[in-house]
Amino acid sequence: MASGTATNADPDQQTVRSNSVEQFYFPRPGQSLPGIPPFFGPPSSSLYLANDNEAKVGNQLEPNPSQSTDWDPQAIVSNLTFLEQKIKQVKDVVQSMSNRENQVASGSCEVAAKQQLITADLTSIIIQLITTAGSLLPSMKNPLSSNPAVRQLSNTLGSPMGFGVNANQRPSVDSKTDIPDIGKASGYEELINSLNTTQDERDELIKGPNPCGGEGSEPTPMEDHDVKESDDGDHEGENLPPGSYVVLQLEKEEILAPHTHFCLICGKGFKRDANLRMHMRGHGDEYKTAAALAKPTRDSGSDHAPVTRYSCPFVGCKRNKEHKKFQPLKTILCVKNHYKRSHCDKSYTCSRCNTKKFSVIADLKTHEKHCGRDKWLCSCGTTFSRKDKLFGHVALFQGHTPALPMDDVKRKRRERLFWTAVGGLNWNCGASSRVEDGEINEEVEP
Amino acid sequence: MAAASAAHRHSKRCRLSPVPLDSPADELLFLVLDRVAAADPRALKSFALASRACHAAESRHRRVLRPLRADLLPAALVRYPSASRLDLSLCARVPDAALAAVPSSGSSSLRAVDLSRSSGFGAAGIAALARACPCLADLDLSNGVHLGDAAAAEVARMRKLQRLSLSRCKQVTDMGLGCVAVGCTDLKDLSLKWCIGITDLGLNLLALKCTKLTTLDLSYTMITKESLLSIIKLTNLQVLTLVGCIGIDDDALSSLEKEYSKSIQVLDMSHCQNVTDVGVSSVVKSIPNLLELNLSYCCPVTPSMVRCLQKVSKLQTLKLEGCKFMADGLKAIGSSCVSIRELSLSKSAGVTDTELSFAVSKLKNLLKLDITCCRNITDVSVVSITRSCTSLISLRMESCSHVSSGALQLIGKHCSQLEELDLTDSDLDDEGLKALTGCTNLSSLKIGICLRISDEGLTHIGKSCPKLRDIDLYRCGGISDDGVIQIAQGCPMLESINLSYCTELTDRSLMSLSKCTKLNTLEIRGCPRISSAGLSEIAMGCRLLSKLDIKKCFEINDVGMLYLSQFSHALRQINLSYCSVTDIGLLSLSSICGLQNMTIVHLAGITPNGLIAALMVCGGLTKVKLHEAFKSMMPLHMLKNVEARGCMFQWINKPFKVLYIFFQPACLPLRYV
Repeated sequence: MASGTATNADPDQQTVRSNSVEQFYFPRPGQSLPGIPPFFGPPSSSLYLANDNEAKVGNQLEPNPSQSTDWDPQAIVSNLTFLEQKIKQVKDVVQSMSNRENQVASGSCEVAAKQQLITADLTSIIIQLITTAGSLLPSMKNPLSSNPAVRQLSNTLGSPMGFGVNANQRPSVDSKTDIPDIGKASGYEELINSLNTTQDERDELIKGPNPCGGEGSEPTPMEDHDVKESDDGDHEGENLPPGSYVVLQLEKEEILAPHTHFCLICGKGFKRDANLRMHMRGHGDEYKTAAALAKPTRDSGSDHAPVTRYSCPFVGCKRNKEHKKFQPLKTILCVKNHYKRSHCDKSYTCSRCNTKKFSVIADLKTHEKHCGRDKWLCSCGTTFSRKDKLFGHVALFQGHTPALPMDDVKRKRRERLFWTAVGGLNWNCGASSRVEDGEINEEVEP
Repeated sequence: MAAASAAHRHSKRCRLSPVPLDSPADELLFLVLDRVAAADPRALKSFALASRACHAAESRHRRVLRPLRADLLPAALVRYPSASRLDLSLCARVPDAALAAVPSSGSSSLRAVDLSRSSGFGAAGIAALARACPCLADLDLSNGVHLGDAAAAEVARMRKLQRLSLSRCKQVTDMGLGCVAVGCTDLKDLSLKWCIGITDLGLNLLALKCTKLTTLDLSYTMITKESLLSIIKLTNLQVLTLVGCIGIDDDALSSLEKEYSKSIQVLDMSHCQNVTDVGVSSVVKSIPNLLELNLSYCCPVTPSMVRCLQKVSKLQTLKLEGCKFMADGLKAIGSSCVSIRELSLSKSAGVTDTELSFAVSKLKNLLKLDITCCRNITDVSVVSITRSCTSLISLRMESCSHVSSGALQLIGKHCSQLEELDLTDSDLDDEGLKALTGCTNLSSLKIGICLRISDEGLTHIGKSCPKLRDIDLYRCGGISDDGVIQIAQGCPMLESINLSYCTELTDRSLMSLSKCTKLNTLEIRGCPRISSAGLSEIAMGCRLLSKLDIKKCFEINDVGMLYLSQFSHALRQINLSYCSVTDIGLLSLSSICGLQNMTIVHLAGITPNGLIAALMVCGGLTKVKLHEAFKSMMPLHMLKNVEARGCMFQWINKPFKVLYIFFQPACLPLRYV
């Protein structure tokens, strides 16, 4: 618990919207406060670079001594600056809305979305204010940071991609208070939650390839968000649809990346977090503990985390969030398969028929299972992939009859030969004595 | 020839048809032989042994072959070329090779083959059969749990098949049924009971291809709404059995509303758990020509449902066993179903005196009534039954214990047409039996657990019921030898008698029963005073004896078994538990070829060696009950060997009751409930 208290005392964590616990364990550089230059790296898709990860690991093992100060005025200043900016932004948006309303009456849903957005932004500003103020008051620190729901939320949100251990799995910190209180998240936290999911592209990258890494996205400061926006033209923060879900979008490179889990020490990539955990055992005894090896559970935040849906990065695609009839993708896996199937070359060719091509290897395998042998056969030689099709055919044509698969017939024929050969023998012997008959039959029986 | 006929018991017939038994006389001769065979099946054998000509004539006459062993099949088919029906029910194991031997005999006259009790054959055997008898019209493959689609595909080669049973061929799927449907378009009677691999796809195809179907059994299949419609549309279908079809529900039945089947006469929907009165109401509308409807264990009987039956004006039989009667449900039957002849309410809940009285007062033409286990009814019901339904031929009221002996006397007085009467576990007394003297047509009388009857009552029965075939005196503690002797003397047609736990009986009873030459079932369980002497009389006299229960007849020993093995060649089933039989008796018993079913539990004189020897000799066994202790004492490979011949072992683990527990009415086992 000693490390836990140290974490709570850390001002950075307080300012970053009660992200404290998470930060302690996963002080990811790109995610930390803008006010702390060393940790504020430019957002990039090279998130999994080994040096970053190493830094993470280092922090994870022991608390950074520089973070143990009470509170940092510089950070508060930057926070306030950010709030200022944010308020201005909101103001602009409201103004533009009023202008547009005067001009065109159409697009009521768009207006509604904007209104929602404004409300959300305002709430975020209020929260930001409260958090900033709260970090100044020692009495408020603990209630806020130790509020299990908040912590839990931040745990899920802040769970670092590529390293599968979730915050809530560290028993030393939160198991005591956390578990019983899971259901008590207030509306306030939910608000934070929904706000936090404003689409920060890097956060999606972080979140994205780790399907079991929780539902929400990173609680990133808004400065990050701004930087990101300028960085990535594709990205838009104003895409909170009327539905209750949150839309995330992965980058093409991330979707096509062969590995999604990387060793923080040697940089080796893995497809599955379980494999990574197995690998980590080789790096030292601390990775062999039950907690380190346990599967990160996702139940912790499932009640409070917003429903997350994914958008395809391909502009113009129906699965892209900019599409008029946008249909979101449900999971990361859906995103991957969809992107490969719809927007990539079909590089896998069926070796049996040499005609069918696939871009997802699982599709090829499924096809190869059935390729070349339609299971349902008619006596006329026509084959069908489905039984009801065969029966429809048989019903239609006079004299056609369902035929059993060839291997069955062959086996049957072989059986018959066998029986006429052996059966004759059995016959002669069997006739001589009944007792013998039984014995022989038993031997003959396959 | 002369010598043979002189030596022969049936010399009369040989004189009747003189020296050349040629074809012109065949027809006449066959008529005679038919009649002789009806009187005594063994007579034909004697006739065949009389002379070469008699032998040939008998060979030509025989229509049904029932070989004891499958390896006799080729020889039998050669000898009886005109046999049309081959019944292999005594051959527990029929290997493919046996069926493959059929064509060599060239028996193209075979029309029917029954393989329902046999195992050991597969698609290859059926293929051989199909090649040998392409004209086969009747094939019974019931219980072919090992038969799959390949076998069904071979069946489909028999183009002229009219009757086919695939009951319990659980491995047959739509593919097999599809083959049969396309191949055997002449099918009239098809049973797919327990074919759980069959779905609507196959049934739809069947309905499309086999339009001549008149009888279809789809019990316990996965039929649903999808194919029910096409089945109902079959224009020739008369009998449809849908027992225990969970896929048939109100939705499926109501979907038939617009359809209309003129042909269906018999509908059995018993044990369809998902059907309620609503579904029944809707289905009867589309089947106006129904004669028989079975809704046992299916749905609660409501007045509105019964009123729908009014539309079925020809309904004759209504079975509502185990149903729950709602208020006025039974009354509605009385007012709506005036045409019914047969009504079964056994084990139904909610049958009350007032409703039953009302119903029977309206149903004056009732011929059969079953009110078994309707425990609430009293004398009131019986009075109205006997008053209004005087033409009853069958009345079953087992376990109606509130009915007094006085009311039971009315049955005999008023219903003189009775042929079947079941008063088991009632208050019947000698006066009631005396009243039955008017029922001269009585053929089946079940009066088990009627503790008040005595020899006097049986004397009345013996004097007045000469047509009696079946009598059940289970646990009638009041009767003794004299009563049984009266029955045996007065009822020469007797085929089955149950004297279990009539503890007073001695060998005298059996001696008199041995005069009933048609007796085939004898149960004398728990009659400790009967000995081998009595059994030997039975063995010599009742040569048709096929079922024998002598459990707990402690006096019966090896001598009785020796007589049985000598004379009772028709014996199929025997229960020997607790007897004094030893290995010797068991071995001699096992020489009876047709023996199929043995129960050998708690025999002190049996050793494992004797038992295994008997099992090995007795080739036709299908089911043997043994004490579990023997399981470990007998060599495993021997058991496997016996099992491979088609025998099934059932291991009993009950404690040995050392002393005979004398008859105590207080602790009756609930056998009849």
